[in-house]
Amino acid sequence: MDFELTRSQKEIQKAAAEFARGEFDKELALELDRTGAFPAKIQKKAAELGFIGVHFDEAVDGGGLGLLDAVLTAEAFCRQDSGIGVALMLAGHGAECLLRAGSSDLRRRWLSKVALGECRCAGAFSETGVGPAMEGMETTAVSAGDEWVLRGIKSNVFEIDSSGFFVVLCRTDSEGASETGLSLILVEADRKGLSRESAGAKLGMRMLSVGDLRMSDVRVPYDHRVGKEGKGAAQFREYRQELSVLLAGMSLGIAQGAFDRALVHTKSRVQFGRKIAAFEITRCKLADMAVRVQSARWLTYQAAWGFDRGRLSPIEAAMARTCAADAAVAVADEALQLMGGYGYMTEYEVEHFYRDAKVLALFGGGSEKNDVADAVIGRLK
Amino acid sequence: MDILTCTDAHRDFQKRLRAFLAEAVVPHIDQWEAAHRIPHEIWERMGRNGFLCPCTDPAYGGLGGDFLYAVMVAEEMARINFTGLCAVLHSDIVVPYIESYGTEDQKRKYLPECVSGGIVTAIGMTEPDAGSDLAAMTTTAMETGDEIVLNGAKTFISNAVNCDLVVLAARDPAVENPHQALSLYLVEADTPGFKKGEPFEKMGWNSQDTGELFFSDCRIPAENRLGQPGQGFLMLMEKLQQERLLCALFGVFGAEFMLQWTTEHCKTAKAGGKPLTRSQAVQFALVEMATEVKLGRTFTEKLITDHMAGRNVVVETAMAKYWTTETAKRIALRCLDLYGESGMLESCPVARAWRDVRITSIFAGTNEIMKGIAAKFMGL
Repeated sequence: MDFELTRSQKEIQKAAAEFARGEFDKELALELDRTGAFPAKIQKKAAELGFIGVHFDEAVDGGGLGLLDAVLTAEAFCRQDSGIGVALMLAGHGAECLLRAGSSDLRRRWLSKVALGECRCAGAFSETGVGPAMEGMETTAVSAGDEWVLRGIKSNVFEIDSSGFFVVLCRTDSEGASETGLSLILVEADRKGLSRESAGAKLGMRMLSVGDLRMSDVRVPYDHRVGKEGKGAAQFREYRQELSVLLAGMSLGIAQGAFDRALVHTKSRVQFGRKIAAFEITRCKLADMAVRVQSARWLTYQAAWGFDRGRLSPIEAAMARTCAADAAVAVADEALQLMGGYGYMTEYEVEHFYRDAKVLALFGGGSEKNDVADAVIGRLK
Repeated sequence: MDILTCTDAHRDFQKRLRAFLAEAVVPHIDQWEAAHRIPHEIWERMGRNGFLCPCTDPAYGGLGGDFLYAVMVAEEMARINFTGLCAVLHSDIVVPYIESYGTEDQKRKYLPECVSGGIVTAIGMTEPDAGSDLAAMTTTAMETGDEIVLNGAKTFISNAVNCDLVVLAARDPAVENPHQALSLYLVEADTPGFKKGEPFEKMGWNSQDTGELFFSDCRIPAENRLGQPGQGFLMLMEKLQQERLLCALFGVFGAEFMLQWTTEHCKTAKAGGKPLTRSQAVQFALVEMATEVKLGRTFTEKLITDHMAGRNVVVETAMAKYWTTETAKRIALRCLDLYGESGMLESCPVARAWRDVRITSIFAGTNEIMKGIAAKFMGL
């Protein structure tokens, strides 16, 4: 067992924290949360310095590092500001599908753009009324000559307003079960027949738009298929594991960031002639919060570390995700309480950490608990 | 209402209020929430239609109703998921100070307009360095003959922008003991030396104008002191039972409506071809929340009965305020989970309700203060 980060990991952790401290201006963060605008300038700078696509190959202009390095970046970013951090980390949502399964041509053409901050993308996986088993998915792609023709509506697609392309999970075999009938197809946003409908303002993670992706006879070249035909469900599941670890890193950063702010406040604010941090109840609360943050941290690091060693573990990813998501909500909630009336005011930041933590936990529909249950119970005879 | 007894007059009031809110308030909620303000005029419409100060003596234009009228206003506001027009704060928290402690002249001067909505009130207790610790208040009132000079700043004041009259707590700098130094004063909004700050941006209660009040050599006539000098702390303590009981009701009603909307959602929304309510986990979650809602309502209704009978239920009210608001927050979070990804959107009714309910664990004395009060009175 070795619980030390490598030198290079410590360096990226430090560099990401310094970048976030220098660039994530508090007033700008509050303004972007208010207006729902994407932090485009910061993203461009982050991309120039190599903080976007940390875990992408160098061949596609990525950092050539591991998922743990990406997690450390996510943590540092979200600790500084939950809104900007999440926006930067999720502006390439779905890109890992290309990274792990895309043809070299697709990877070269699209992943570089994501890593360089020239293009945002989003996975279009969900549909209204379709559960985690993916049964009843209605979006279809029919092959016609050298093209795919896509039809259907995907819901809750992130960065719907400004993504350059979408990775669409759709049915390519109308007869087949979801396990064999689904595929992933890359669809550029400017294709004819494609329209986007914003779902309006969000409760949190406001710098990213969300909405429906509607496709009526959208044609894309046959080679836009990501990975093998009929392997969409399996690829999506693998992608979700990687994403879960990244999301855990973001939640972890949010939890830590909320904790930091509560700690500063309780150590400076005086009521009843004492620092609030001197009250026994405050000490208990801060101790509980610290334990939650640290438990989430180790589960998250462990899952990322295993992933980088080629050990794809659905249970570790799902446990990290669910533990960190819950920790972020609970810690931000308690931080807000410790800051009292100030905590409820926008100016003091933790209220948006709390909203972002909750929306991040809702994202994906909470399927991780099912994944954990599947893994711990196994097959019933 | 189970423990409480409603008359036809109560039910008629509730019905008329519900219709009024549907017509005059509901269509504007999104716009007001975005603008972070409600127009002063809506207070006047509420007043004209008889929905402000329903418990005020008819001698001053009120309805002379019992506390159940206040309860109904709180319930109807929760039903429309709107905190911007906090009528009970004016009608049942601030105005009662004037009615209970005011001189006949003060009552004749202010109460009729409080009832009509011409005067919107606020109460100034909290200061930047005196939140939970009210005794640390530093705003001063120097009584010099026929004038009182006010200096200091108040913060987190509800109705700060729309208010026309403030019930202000301030201390006599000559008196050392903070519990004997406080007095209450009536300050009109256009008094020279009194300035209002910009409303704060907050997690929720977005159209409620919460802000700062500044007093700089603000001179008011001596007859604007409310009650006896040095009695401020006692008056505040006496009125906090009703204020906290109303906060407990925000928790109870908020939780009830969130659960109602979420239950409807779970009955209609489908996953894998089946309604969400077919899931055992969803069923248990809804049952657990319904149980908590019923516990909260039963406890609170009992306290309403006691409060209306004039009993001292300070400790139980502190317990109820802490438990119902904490429970409402927990229920909001669980309801959002049941909405899943659609809970990420502001269009989900629980989204706003969660943002709004979060302050109830903090205002009118944080839940930590509530537990402290209970501990003290339980002899711990």
